[in-house]
Amino acid sequence: MSDAARDQLARVVRQHAGQLAVALMRVTGDFATAEDLVQDAVLAALQHWPAEGIPERPDAWLFTVARRRALDGLRRADNYRAKLAQLQWPVQTDDDERLRLIFTCCHPALPREAQIALTLRVVCGLTTAQIGRAFLVHETAIARRITRAKRKITDAGIPYRVPDHDELAARLTEVLTVIYLLFNEGYLATTDPPASRDLAEDAEWLASLLDQLMPTEPEVAGLLALIRLHRARAAARFGPDGGLVLLRDQDRTRWDREAIADAVRLLTRAARRQRPGPYQLQAAIVACHAEAERFADTDWEQIVLLYDMLLHLAPSPVTRLHRAIAVRYATGAQAAMAELDDLADVLGEYHLYHATRAELLRELGQPGQARAADRRALNLTTNPAEQAVLQQRLAWI
Amino acid sequence: MKYVLLFVETEDFARDLEAMDQAERDRAYQRVVEWMATHAGKIRGGNKLQSPETATTVRLDRGEPVITDGPFVEGKEVVSGYTEIEVADLDEALRMVKTWPGCPIVEVRPLE
Repeated sequence: MSDAARDQLARVVRQHAGQLAVALMRVTGDFATAEDLVQDAVLAALQHWPAEGIPERPDAWLFTVARRRALDGLRRADNYRAKLAQLQWPVQTDDDERLRLIFTCCHPALPREAQIALTLRVVCGLTTAQIGRAFLVHETAIARRITRAKRKITDAGIPYRVPDHDELAARLTEVLTVIYLLFNEGYLATTDPPASRDLAEDAEWLASLLDQLMPTEPEVAGLLALIRLHRARAAARFGPDGGLVLLRDQDRTRWDREAIADAVRLLTRAARRQRPGPYQLQAAIVACHAEAERFADTDWEQIVLLYDMLLHLAPSPVTRLHRAIAVRYATGAQAAMAELDDLADVLGEYHLYHATRAELLRELGQPGQARAADRRALNLTTNPAEQAVLQQRLAWI
Repeated sequence: MKYVLLFVETEDFARDLEAMDQAERDRAYQRVVEWMATHAGKIRGGNKLQSPETATTVRLDRGEPVITDGPFVEGKEVVSGYTEIEVADLDEALRMVKTWPGCPIVEVRPLE
């Protein structure tokens, strides 16, 4: 099957898997059962569609398979059977039901990896094997995670509901974290892209779905804008040899200006709600980069200000490191180095801390120390694309 | 659903409690009493445990029963009491626990 056909297949499955889960949830009232049936239907689709073609009504096809399996498989559940037999496609699902599904998958009583795996399986319709490949984890380990999580949902009484108003903020943060982790996993992955599923695309799709379902939550729009701003520039991130290209060296004509403008509009609309948050601020920082025609045009003062706001809302040493990089361009290497010195204790094991120090030392005329810092960074990273950049730097200078 | 809330004390917490004067300690206990009163409709029972030094552990997986002094795990965190509650689901249990004014750790465990 061609890449295009496979992508198309993945998109169709993703479009309908969550809806199917919602419909089945309504009948069975049991998350674990609904989840199993969705997975069965997805596996059947992946088996049949490549040869037979995608059916005209993929949703009805998936539904029919799931219903048949359910009627065959549910021995004890006579009441399900009666309800299932009556259930006709299309089932109208409302926004609340789709949200319930997402919030249950991302319940804070579940471990993070299980939240991610469940969301991918139930909401995006990935198979266990696809999740395993994307995370370089054996399929059986993913299957175990999912089984354990579903058992906990049932046994510990994790409810299937949208959180109440007073707990919504914390619970939404949990969902956004899952989507952002998925995005990073996909975006930072440097293995041969066609070999594995593009999780960055799944993350964008999820963020976009959530934005449709919760249009008044500015942080959801902020995360969606952030993901789109990154993806709009993805083509320039890797050179012809597959190596990572640093921001300042990227060919900006390869950035998707239209997509950037759209994402900035989305972000501006979110900002009008005057409820700033970490995702909106990160998106605003990325927008400053994305809107600069040339590296030299970057508005570094604005970026430093945005980092100050971000640190106020979400203090983190890594964010301070990023701010220090902005300070280097806004004020100078000396000022940036002073900030880095303060971070030595907390970020001593972080490769980008040393890579940044190396750049500053070089600018401050200390090439020997700079090489040592580059070497330290190289020892600390396992990411092959980042290793390549550091090795190149050591070889050149 | 029924859950047991296991209240867990830490060394820091014990030290803080120790450092309080009588009036402060009374106020801290009063907050716990108030929490219990607020949630009385959902509480099905429970008890404060005596200190871990009073515990005796019996191990039955070593041939003959082995009796030792102390709790089954030696640690800085010890179970100091439990309450059984009956609520709709885990979210309701968590909502209750979030306002617990006593010890710093609470484990929420469903009953069979």
